[in-house]
Amino acid sequence: MSRNAKINALLLLVVAALAVLPLVFGMGDHKKEPFAGADAEAETAITEIEPDYEPWFSPLYEPPSGEIESALFALQAALGAGVLAYYFGLRRGRRQGELRVLAQREGGQDPTAEAPGGTGGSGAGPDRLTERA
Amino acid sequence: MHIAEGFLPPAHAVAWGVASAPFVVHGVRSLTREVREHPESTLLIGASGAFTFVLSALKLPSVTGSCSHPTGTGLGAILFRPPIMAVLGTITLLFQALLLAHGGLTTLGANVFSMAIVGPWAGYGVYRLLRRFDVPLMVAVFFAAFVADLSTYCVTSVQLALAFPDPSSGFLGALGKFGSIFAVTQIPLAVSEGLLTVLVMRLLVQSSKGELTRLGVFLAGKRSRSGTNGTDATNQTNETNEANETTGTVTR
Repeated sequence: MSRNAKINALLLLVVAALAVLPLVFGMGDHKKEPFAGADAEAETAITEIEPDYEPWFSPLYEPPSGEIESALFALQAALGAGVLAYYFGLRRGRRQGELRVLAQREGGQDPTAEAPGGTGGSGAGPDRLTERA
Repeated sequence: MHIAEGFLPPAHAVAWGVASAPFVVHGVRSLTREVREHPESTLLIGASGAFTFVLSALKLPSVTGSCSHPTGTGLGAILFRPPIMAVLGTITLLFQALLLAHGGLTTLGANVFSMAIVGPWAGYGVYRLLRRFDVPLMVAVFFAAFVADLSTYCVTSVQLALAFPDPSSGFLGALGKFGSIFAVTQIPLAVSEGLLTVLVMRLLVQSSKGELTRLGVFLAGKRSRSGTNGTDATNQTNETNEANETTGTVTR
């Protein structure tokens, strides 16, 4: 594992720890409803401050159950993660392609190869690339 | 930070909508200009929006015993400046308001103001300030994302306290109440968001150095004033130097 990958893994590990530790230490135990959403708690606080307040508009569409709601949240995360993964995959592929072209050009300067600037895929290039990858 | 549908009195809902609208309109203009002038940016803009999509769907437990979610707006603000992030944030909020009954159309203006306008601008401001003083890129990125996240929730607390001042302790009392629900819960999540943004920025530096250079991400010191697309010949050497330092560990 390269130093780079280690740092990235460490970053993920700390994020995971920050999410898990409140659960492990039972930091929601003092609450009637542990680990409820802060948004919902704010609604409760509003009705505490102004008991007569009635929301004057209701959502056009409301997920009929918690399952549907979590499905839609998962969809949202999946869409985002999919696009991010596509981006990084594409970049990586492009960079490998550029490296391959470079390797082929270097190969092209080999006396046994075709003239420089030509397509020059004369054995040496692709082999060197696989070593790199 | 989502104020639920119908939970802001009509006057407040309209006022926040009016306050947000010019930022979003300006953002749409910036976005179309950026895409027209630099079509190659489209993909990275999409990735920035995708980052917000993922992070704002992640509800994480916090030390206060409640759950909240990061916003993911710091990254796009650093890369493409806050106006474009205003658009991406609004799209995310619309998705959640329409499909998830999370937030709402009547509170869209207020939610856009906190998450898609103040958050990105605060984060971007911190980023630029730290870079002016030559703070290392990743440290600046961390604090930018941290501040973008936390300031969003502070604004939400202010918005609710303005709409629902406490009968006995007034605006400040209500602010303390909403602040303890939102802002305190958010502190560890803002740290998480900072770390995740650093992670994505590290991956971007490895994979898209040319693009980040063009966007002026590596600019530091006095040169950082020259804005985003500053790629003067004089800047270029310094930029590449730092770009190389940052990726010094990338295996080649």
